[in-house]
Amino acid sequence: MEDIGNLMQGFVVALAWKNLAFMLLGILLGVLIGVLPGLGGANGVAILLPLTFTIPPTSAIIMLSCIYWGALFGGAITSILFNIPGEPWSVATTFDGYPMAQKGRAGEALTAAFTSSFVGALFAIILITFLAPLVARFALKFGPPEFFAIQLLTFCNFVGMGREPPLKTIASMMLGFALAAVGIDTVTGTLRMTFGSPTLLQGFDFLVAVIGLFGLGEIFLTMEEGLSFKRKSGKIDAKVVLRTWAELPRYWLTSLRACLVGCWMGITPGGATPASFMSYGMARRFSKNKEQFGEGHIEGVVAPETAAHAAGTSALLPMLTLGIPGSPTAAVLLGGLLIWGLQPGPLLFVEKKEFVWGLIASMYVGNVVGLIIVLTTVPWWAAILRIPFSIIAPVIVVICAIGAYTVHNNMFDVAMMLVFGVVGYVFKKLKYPLAPLLLALVLGDMAETAFRQSMLLSGGSLGIFWSNPLVGSIVTLALVILCWPAVGKVLGRMRSREPQAQNA
Amino acid sequence: MTEERETPAGGSVPTRWLEVAVGLMFVVVGLVVVVDSNRVGASWGDDGPKSGYFPNIIGWILAGSGAWIAGQTIHRWKRLAGQVFVTYADFKPVLAMVLPTIGYVILIKVIGIYVASAVFIAGFMLVQGKYKWLPTLCVSLGVPGVLFALFEIWFLVPLPKGPLERMLGY
Repeated sequence: MEDIGNLMQGFVVALAWKNLAFMLLGILLGVLIGVLPGLGGANGVAILLPLTFTIPPTSAIIMLSCIYWGALFGGAITSILFNIPGEPWSVATTFDGYPMAQKGRAGEALTAAFTSSFVGALFAIILITFLAPLVARFALKFGPPEFFAIQLLTFCNFVGMGREPPLKTIASMMLGFALAAVGIDTVTGTLRMTFGSPTLLQGFDFLVAVIGLFGLGEIFLTMEEGLSFKRKSGKIDAKVVLRTWAELPRYWLTSLRACLVGCWMGITPGGATPASFMSYGMARRFSKNKEQFGEGHIEGVVAPETAAHAAGTSALLPMLTLGIPGSPTAAVLLGGLLIWGLQPGPLLFVEKKEFVWGLIASMYVGNVVGLIIVLTTVPWWAAILRIPFSIIAPVIVVICAIGAYTVHNNMFDVAMMLVFGVVGYVFKKLKYPLAPLLLALVLGDMAETAFRQSMLLSGGSLGIFWSNPLVGSIVTLALVILCWPAVGKVLGRMRSREPQAQNA
Repeated sequence: MTEERETPAGGSVPTRWLEVAVGLMFVVVGLVVVVDSNRVGASWGDDGPKSGYFPNIIGWILAGSGAWIAGQTIHRWKRLAGQVFVTYADFKPVLAMVLPTIGYVILIKVIGIYVASAVFIAGFMLVQGKYKWLPTLCVSLGVPGVLFALFEIWFLVPLPKGPLERMLGY
């Protein structure tokens, strides 16, 4: 009951005029970022983060999280109207969204996408409202070994559940950890891997990495693929919206499944992208009209969009309660909290009640506002994409450069952004996942501190990670997930060998 | 994104070479981390693990996974023959973006971010987009102008400036 009271207090914070204005600004910027190629949720938030240092943290996080919601909504617009996923998590939306638009049913597809995004987000927010305080209360009892175990689980999850080759996930993650270690060791003050260079003292900032990897890298990729926009008209009127809304409750089961998949993938850091694919696959498998999928079936829009939004939103649950972000954008928001001097984790719920509940309440309001905005302004956003890429591309590069510079007012960061951009391009093409690199860069110091503190407690014995049932089961689970691809491979090989042996 | 296709005329960069190169790069970076960690001490000190303790482990895993990836690629060398990382024809537009961006970053250092942005956007629109002078001037002066108002006047966040801004008194 105390939580409900806190939530009401939160609404008072979120509904203050100033915060509502920031919310609106955030949503508009977010949709713009989601629509434009090369600017995504993660690096959009990263670019704007340094500009928010002058406003109060609660308003800042409300604006930045609204950018995130806006970007989630915006990704669907380009997928459906242009067959270009503005964001990786809307790739699955193109499968049925674009065919619908080709058949002149763009309005329906957009309404379905926005509405199911909203449903997914709402489900996740309700989950956060009720689950987050419980998790935080539980996590208050955590010591360093437990925290390290949770982080281990996070990283093993990437390896075991990712769609990329496990070795490449590991390599990319370790590169992130190595980069995070550069600079002054936070525990002893020793200089590590600076090689006498004063610019390396500060270490590599994850914001610069995000802007380079996700921003410039994406622009380079887009240049290679060559963008030609074949636009479908995106008219939406009230009649279409109401008709689609009347149709949507029919797919409640698909929707519910998508919510559950999304929340699961968001809380365990699978992220929105795999969630959307998984949900699309499940919807097709369980649907009565399988053959309609891919031809422009509304269920094929509902499933991935619901899951992507549910995952994107629920990714904030582990970020707030445990200090472990469930998605790249959540990782950037976590970095923001650290810069504002707020230590994410269970204590946040005790010490900064107003902040936490203001944020949670703003999620409710922000998604309602977002839904109304995108439904009413779709044609306008679609018009933005008519601006040719040869204008948009240099402008985005300029924005990225400014974003990288403002992190530390340092030219070195702009040069680093360029390097990260090239790395991002090569990694993406060689199927190295970028999210683990980023997460390792953000969490590197925290993971290392937790690990060293645990080692101190135990005097150097790894046995501490099995010293009580809780930490033991988390670590064991993590290791099982880590080895899962290898086990799967061996099993697969054994299975494929058997029939061969029979043939021979 | 690399898919098997016939090697088109004009040549291309095979995926396998790049795969090995990146793998070896990981080995090098990993070993650098290991060496530096041992320099600051990777063992157990008087008061617990030394600074290099954790990075040392990371470095070894990084080098190991890089070596494995490179080795795996060499092991499958013949089978990977058809895979193309990028054709030269496709790579041209990428270079047309990367090289000006490098020039842009150097220009920022020399003449400040606003003038550099104007030059960069104008150059890109003229060469890549084949625009006429008028729209080019509008965009290339308009964007830095708006940014100037936004950062120097509204947010009061100073960005790198050059001789032109100094002349105008900023």
